[in-house]
Amino acid sequence: MAGIPHDHYEPKSNAEKWLHSRLPIVGLLYDTLMIPTPKNLNWMWIWGIVLTFALVLQIATGVVLAMHYTPDVSLAFASVEGIMRDVNGGYMLRYVHMNGASLFFVAVYLHIFRGLYYGSYKAPREVTWIIGMLIYLLMMATAFMGYVLPWGQMSFWGATVITGLFGAIPLVGEPIQTWLLGGPAVGNPTLNRFFSLHYLLPFVIAGLVAVHIWAFHTTGNNNPTGVEVRRGSKAEAEKDTLPFWPYFVIKDLFALGVILTIFFAVVGFMPNYLGDPVNYVEANPLSTPAHIVPEWYFLPFYAILRAFTADVWAVQLTSFVTFGIVDAKLFGVLAMFGAILVLALVPWLDTSSVRSGRYRPMFKWWFALLCLDFVVLTWAGSQGPEGLVPAISLIASTYWFVHFLVILPLLGVIEKPTEPPATIEDDFNAHYGSSQSKSAE
Amino acid sequence: MMFKKLTTAAIVTLGLATGATAKEVGPIENIDFSFDGPFGTYDQLQLQRGLQVYTEVCSACHGLKYVPLRTLGDTGGPQLPEDQVRAYAKRFDIVDPETGDTRPGKPTDKFPASALAGAPDLSLMAKARAGFSGPMGLGINQFLKGIGGAEHIVAILDSYTGKEKTEYGATLYENTAFPGGWIAMAPPLAGEDVTFADGAPNDLKSESKDVAAFLMWTAEPKLSNRKEVGLLGIGFLGLLSVLLYLVNKRIWAPAKRKAKQAAK
Repeated sequence: MAGIPHDHYEPKSNAEKWLHSRLPIVGLLYDTLMIPTPKNLNWMWIWGIVLTFALVLQIATGVVLAMHYTPDVSLAFASVEGIMRDVNGGYMLRYVHMNGASLFFVAVYLHIFRGLYYGSYKAPREVTWIIGMLIYLLMMATAFMGYVLPWGQMSFWGATVITGLFGAIPLVGEPIQTWLLGGPAVGNPTLNRFFSLHYLLPFVIAGLVAVHIWAFHTTGNNNPTGVEVRRGSKAEAEKDTLPFWPYFVIKDLFALGVILTIFFAVVGFMPNYLGDPVNYVEANPLSTPAHIVPEWYFLPFYAILRAFTADVWAVQLTSFVTFGIVDAKLFGVLAMFGAILVLALVPWLDTSSVRSGRYRPMFKWWFALLCLDFVVLTWAGSQGPEGLVPAISLIASTYWFVHFLVILPLLGVIEKPTEPPATIEDDFNAHYGSSQSKSAE
Repeated sequence: MMFKKLTTAAIVTLGLATGATAKEVGPIENIDFSFDGPFGTYDQLQLQRGLQVYTEVCSACHGLKYVPLRTLGDTGGPQLPEDQVRAYAKRFDIVDPETGDTRPGKPTDKFPASALAGAPDLSLMAKARAGFSGPMGLGINQFLKGIGGAEHIVAILDSYTGKEKTEYGATLYENTAFPGGWIAMAPPLAGEDVTFADGAPNDLKSESKDVAAFLMWTAEPKLSNRKEVGLLGIGFLGLLSVLLYLVNKRIWAPAKRKAKQAAK
């Protein structure tokens, strides 16, 4: 393994040697915790810990909630009310779990955009990136199915709309939709399988998280300069790095403490702020809510789904060329999944030889525009398709694709990057050496 | 007569009434409730008055099927004494789920469900409606004023214009706070509908506020406990963060000092 050279675990006592020769688990934990970490990591490198914590929090609260929840269409809503009223501390468990999903997605979006800015997806970290994208997809599936469980109006109608997307696939769409739902419409079989999968998938995510960590422990962390740690010798590597424990564990825990303080303020004082009031009305298949809106973390992709309506020329052209097989509905579905696919393919779409956005004067601006685009899409997804919203959605959705498919490949050719520092040590010394730049990047 | 008219009206508009919840309506007035803000708690006497309004007026049609009667005695709620909770429970005829016989209610029972088929259950109404939205879908108003479920209920109760119309044999009442402008519910309160034992004002606005506060409690009975846990969590985690900040600073100090020297 071409890892960064560092001290490995040496069993000392006889008991340690006995265990180590049979199961080197202490060594594994030691090497994982003592991994040499670039010492110039800034505050955007804390989201991994926040995400790990969020996963554990969701599993812990979720397991207890499952003890009191009944996955049956006639009892689910009432069982959630039972949790809120009769289970000891049940209202906190549920509100923490509910808002925990939002914490999870806030952290994952910041984590992803951190990776996009500092080029964390570039060789040799493509596998880490792809696994991260798989985790993100599973998170979305898990969150979506979890939202169906309380069996409120938005649970039911959200499930109807999202599973309906599969119905847009030609020929096999409707059989797939029926197979997913366990019947012709969202009903008891749907609720039962969503409950089962909502319990299963987090453990799949946990497994993938272990692989994600394994992958970047093999390549080493990226860092704000994008310059690799020197690996010629242990002494050289130690100039660029510090061990994960205690330096980064304590730093990350401090950041986690601040974030959890804010999280508890939300849970304690405004637990329903991020949710839709309509979900406090029990599901009613005979009554459609005026606006069907997903939770905030799906809004950017929901906006892309709705942006490509039948009056857009690209949609009409596609429909004409494909003899009507790709209609506006299927176009929207393909666009939505495509928006995530281009994100996953970014290691091969970015042609620049420089890793970190810090040394890419043109990329910086386009990246800022992409962040703004993401915010605009989130907003557009929450709005009804009236006034300027459809036009804004279309422009913002188009930019998303143009950024990844046109701008990123082109920038690598036309941009003239600035010179990154020679070593991580230089960057670190320059940062803490000058008195005026005290704050992190 | 009135009852029959109401039933027909309610059944006809059931779909309309439950379906149009998210639609924007005219501006809803923000009310300073005692339970607003991070430190706000329910006003016990107001909840008791609201319970009286609910019992004497609303419960003729509406139910509270998720609310256990015993919680009327919980701290942080109306906090009725035990004997009063027991006496209150007896008002209702409950079909025993085990024997199938009808018997007087007990504190362990829940409030009965809606008596009128079309009348929505009110247990969660104060959380199921948003009084405030926007501006521009940005959520700033909800952040500043709260979601506004209780304010929505007050607005519904005192926004009748007095106009009526008949549609498909059902009477609809014009209400400027209701999405669509026409509601199947006849004006339930006119002012001075109940007499409060504590001599509190019983005009339309006061009664509406009292019953809205009561319905906020039925929707969120653990509100004060939740805020206490929130404060405790913030205090504990805030302190932990300060300690971790100091530990972090101390751990990194030698590395940063070395960097400073190297840069000179």
